[in-house]
Amino acid sequence: MNSKVKLDDLNVHFGGTHAVKGVNIDFPANSVTAIIGPSGCGKSTVLRAVNRMHDMTPGAQVTGRILLDDTDIYGRGVDPVAIRRKIGMVFQKPNPFPAMSIYDNVIAGYKLNGRMRRDEADEIVESSLQRVALWDEVKDRLKSNAMELSGGQQQRLCIARTIAVRPEVILMDEPASALDPISTMKIEELIEELKERYTIIIVTHNMQQAARVSDVTAFFYLGELIECGVTKKIFTTPDRKQTEDYITGRFG
Amino acid sequence: MNTMTSANQPVVEQRTALRSLFLRNAKNTIMTLLMGGALLAVLFPLGLIFVHIMKMGLSSISLDFFLHIPRPTGEAGGGMANGMVGSMVLIGMASLLGIPVGIFGAIYLSEYGGSRISTVIRFCADVLSGIPSIITGMVVYSMLVVPMKGFSALAGAFALALIMIPIVLRTTEEQLKMVPISLREASLALGVPLWRTTLKVTLRSALTGVTTGILLAIARVAGETAPLIFTALGNQFWSSKLTQPIAALPLQIFSFAIAPYDDWHRLAWAGALVLVVTMFALSLTARYFGRTGHKN
Repeated sequence: MNSKVKLDDLNVHFGGTHAVKGVNIDFPANSVTAIIGPSGCGKSTVLRAVNRMHDMTPGAQVTGRILLDDTDIYGRGVDPVAIRRKIGMVFQKPNPFPAMSIYDNVIAGYKLNGRMRRDEADEIVESSLQRVALWDEVKDRLKSNAMELSGGQQQRLCIARTIAVRPEVILMDEPASALDPISTMKIEELIEELKERYTIIIVTHNMQQAARVSDVTAFFYLGELIECGVTKKIFTTPDRKQTEDYITGRFG
Repeated sequence: MNTMTSANQPVVEQRTALRSLFLRNAKNTIMTLLMGGALLAVLFPLGLIFVHIMKMGLSSISLDFFLHIPRPTGEAGGGMANGMVGSMVLIGMASLLGIPVGIFGAIYLSEYGGSRISTVIRFCADVLSGIPSIITGMVVYSMLVVPMKGFSALAGAFALALIMIPIVLRTTEEQLKMVPISLREASLALGVPLWRTTLKVTLRSALTGVTTGILLAIARVAGETAPLIFTALGNQFWSSKLTQPIAALPLQIFSFAIAPYDDWHRLAWAGALVLVVTMFALSLTARYFGRTGHKN
């Protein structure tokens, strides 16, 4: 498998804290990579580094390289806005725009960046909502406020909003941790379908979820990458003792 | 012996428990009364001012008050139409400068600024809002009135703007900070630049709170008299140019109230009534906006 995103000696500091320590990973294209590890191990920090979300955090310093195809996204003259159009992100807590309708939320990526043609918008809204299997549930109330949806629907709406701008990579930061089991199941099915078109990196606390949805799993501990490999192998015959202890529930 | 103590024990305990309950209830009642008293002490002056102004103002107010300018000394009647319009002009111009500067400053503080420079700006804004307004008037006098060789509406508006800026700045900043970071991130992650995110997501979400802050700032400067004495000066007539002295309601109230004529005193009371009612309405509107804003 050829890699879509590649971390090359990635380090993240927050003030005096060394949160991510010299991480190297290849994220293969059109596959799902799960990042697992106990709280505070730096997995969300790694994820957020991939679409330059740390640019917003005062005191955060990212060193090393992150290659998207062959471009270093932290390279000189690279516009973070252009990078984020290619690398979308779904957050832990569903965060639709509260002042917008369901319809407007889906095309928010276009609308906030200017205007768009009406027929084009209709088409994008329908196809994006179809793809996250939300269309049938909301097609009769596209103009109602997005906050009226349930948590699981809101999260699928956020995924629809992310794929509406046609990214190449989708980052998911514990996308189902705030959802009930049925919504979680729907999100997982969706991830399975989305990987045909997108490269997906998902951070999860839930090891069963990592085992179910991912092709590759990376285990982090205290800011370091302990082990990274094919999911089946990580969950059955990991090379490292720490990985085995974690996935068998002996710590973390 | 033994049986007696064991029988008495609960009775004694019950008695002390009742006593402490009584004490607690008494304390509760006293504190409630004290706080009620404090509430009355706060409300009493407000009520007194309002009732008195109503009493004095209502009898003097008439349609003429809103339509005419003051008559020459000795003639009865007249109104403060020029003062009301002048106040509106001054507040309008002050808002044109004060609101954008305040809002953009707040955006800088909350979305862009580094922590050290933000602390300095915030401190300066707090000091600025604490400066007595007469001093603001004196500074603008020496900065604008003296070089322009005359009192003017422009100078008055500038002085009022200086008072508005810190109020708008701090309230807007507070409101922007209340917008959850997750919304900004949602927008940024869609490839929306920070400046668009700030205007279309962050500021938009905070709009009701920001409006409240603006209305409160307007209500505050609407009644300012001191900064206008050295700047707008006041005018007995209509003014046609912004480079001329202009009438303002608080200034007119001031000069009419210290004049030795009963007729002028009545006009001053009527002016006071208009001013107080306007500020009351502004504050109520601000409250209304504030309330609907927090529901979302």
